[in-house]
Amino acid sequence: MFKKFLLAGVVSLMGSTAFAACSYENETEVKMLSAGFEAWKAVTDAMAECGNFQAELDQEFRTKQPAAFEANPSLYHLGGVSNGTITPLLNAGTIRPLDDLVEKYGQNLKPNQLIRINGQIMAVAMMVNTQHLMYREDVLSDLGIETPTTWDEMLAAAAKIEEAGVVDHALGATLKSGWNLAQDFNNMYVGFGGEFFNEDNTTAVNGEAGMKALEMIKASMEYMDPEVLVSDSTYVQQQFQQGKIAMANLWASRAAAMNDEAESQVVGKVKMAAAPAAMEGGIPATTLWWDGIVVAANISDEEADAAFRLAMEGIDSETVKANNDAAIWLIEGYEPTDLAAGAIATATAQPAPPAYPSTSQMGLLHTVLGNEVPAFLTGERDAAATLVAIEEGYTTAAKEAGVLE
Amino acid sequence: MKFKTFAAFVGPSVFMMILFIALPLVSVLIQSFQITQPVMERIEVETCTPGFLTQTCVTEIKTVPIIGDDGKTVTTTEWTGFESYRNVLQMDKFWAAISNGTPGEILQIDFWKALRFTLMFTLVTLPLVIGVGLLIALTVNNAVRAVRGPVIFISLLPFIITPVIGSLSIYWLFVGDGILTSMMERWSGQNISMFAQAWTVELLMYFYRVWHVAPFAFVIFYAGLQSVNMDTLESAVIDGASRFERLRHVVIPHLMPLIIFISLIHLMDCYRVFEEIVGFRAEAHVKSLQWLTYDFLRPDDAGNRAISRASASAMLTMIGIVFLLILPLRRTWRDHKGGSH
Repeated sequence: MFKKFLLAGVVSLMGSTAFAACSYENETEVKMLSAGFEAWKAVTDAMAECGNFQAELDQEFRTKQPAAFEANPSLYHLGGVSNGTITPLLNAGTIRPLDDLVEKYGQNLKPNQLIRINGQIMAVAMMVNTQHLMYREDVLSDLGIETPTTWDEMLAAAAKIEEAGVVDHALGATLKSGWNLAQDFNNMYVGFGGEFFNEDNTTAVNGEAGMKALEMIKASMEYMDPEVLVSDSTYVQQQFQQGKIAMANLWASRAAAMNDEAESQVVGKVKMAAAPAAMEGGIPATTLWWDGIVVAANISDEEADAAFRLAMEGIDSETVKANNDAAIWLIEGYEPTDLAAGAIATATAQPAPPAYPSTSQMGLLHTVLGNEVPAFLTGERDAAATLVAIEEGYTTAAKEAGVLE
Repeated sequence: MKFKTFAAFVGPSVFMMILFIALPLVSVLIQSFQITQPVMERIEVETCTPGFLTQTCVTEIKTVPIIGDDGKTVTTTEWTGFESYRNVLQMDKFWAAISNGTPGEILQIDFWKALRFTLMFTLVTLPLVIGVGLLIALTVNNAVRAVRGPVIFISLLPFIITPVIGSLSIYWLFVGDGILTSMMERWSGQNISMFAQAWTVELLMYFYRVWHVAPFAFVIFYAGLQSVNMDTLESAVIDGASRFERLRHVVIPHLMPLIIFISLIHLMDCYRVFEEIVGFRAEAHVKSLQWLTYDFLRPDDAGNRAISRASASAMLTMIGIVFLLILPLRRTWRDHKGGSH
């Protein structure tokens, strides 16, 4: 009896298609730590089919990864990173160059996927992510509103929608104080042509672009839920799904959820367009991100070999074909659907939005922004004082971290 | 008691206290006067990242830590004196705000903002917890014996819930379209947003904390009520004392040591208020001292943590607790010396 139970457990762990779709059987034990969204689930499921593989999908990966990779031997062989979270691993030298492994197993990779740092391949990207404009097509066409392409048009459209009263709030946004809010500020800031840092590592946020970005965010808040300072990506996604909002500048990786019949009441009604520009003729107000795979430095070469081979199995075209809408894949075999139209329009815009900078300074500035911007949005202090506070906060943090003299 | 027996009983606990409380405290104290930072160099780096169709390569000057021969980043540790405390307290801004005649601006400095909230939170909830706890205890004590068990059980429930879960459930009840908000909106015909402004968030926090801690006070008081001297109470009744007078002159003096005890525990606990901020996602409106320390300590995407400032903030929190505890502790000390109990 006990044996039967054990067997049942093992079978259910392996999943119904165990060992079916993998072209070889993996002999070496491989462990991976990555973020926990849909695309990673698809990739790690595909890798698990080869056996001997354990994946940990955890949204707290960004705090765990640096310490886990610094251990010797490393606690994980593979890591899922984005351009925002690869920095501590690069800085500590805990991930290895992949040139020889790419040559051996990476025949199917497109050159576009290889993240090169000083000529060495340090990571292999599998998807891009960016914010794009998601809007309720039915609402906009009923009211005769053109798809907004700038934030001024967004506000004008929002005013009309609010007046018609067809939804609770015209706009949704990921303004939860902390990381989310800081990212929305970054988007608007680069949209207004702002540079984050000066030559000498001091921050350049305290300027015209910073002022305009703050004011545009505040102006847009008029059409949002009054509680928008607690709203993160999932919250906005649910507001859309429940038909409470009509427009939002949201992550491309959230698009597929709109047509999920199990939880969405607006299936087929939400369309995607390029992220609106902050100023006329400017870039879409957003930053480009990629997600990809890195291999730990503190493991044996044999293990690295096996791990990389397995990773290639996870990000092959079979995985993409089975999970086409889970992400904007960079991998051969991806066929963009309507859901990806907005993100692709954003990423291919001329001029294109910048990639989110992957530096120690940006990490520091991001934290300071998340802490200081809320005081402006709640009305506790004005824009000028807020920008000064951001500058001072960054200077203190940067001196402490050693990036500023 | 022989010293040996005493030592055998107390020894393990003293050892644990030194190991888990005293030593970490010393290390935090030391770290608050030090700054450990990686040695950085500026190098030119070419980074190639994917666009959707083509790759974009940029060459830029990056500041990166130097990696030593042992494969670890090279770090330096410097004594900086009170630098971290200055960075946390920002006294220059503090005095500037006062000399400009705009003391309100003090509250724009994170530390003082957090201190304001933490103190308010501690001092407002203290009398409420004691009052509500006493009220429940008296009610249960006067209730018919048959219902006492169930009543005690129900009133203890809020205390059993983990603070994070408790505050999350309050959050979900009152957020935008939460059940209670929807009910209140239907009833009042107005759009209610409890989490849109600071004072409603704060009010909910007070409410939550009292709801959560009052049962603890209740249990202690209820136990205390069982030992009230019946003779004194009866003579008070014969002398014609009203219910309120009996409470004031007999019951409360009897419970006084317990009230001090509850105050001590509550002051210590409340000054470390943290779960409510996380559960209510309240950082935009209110911050607490403990949350500030946590925020300094949390690594960002690039792996930076403000350990020195976190240590300074933690030490300041501890000093604050000591200040708060002086009053009740002095009273207990006096009572002990008086030997009346």
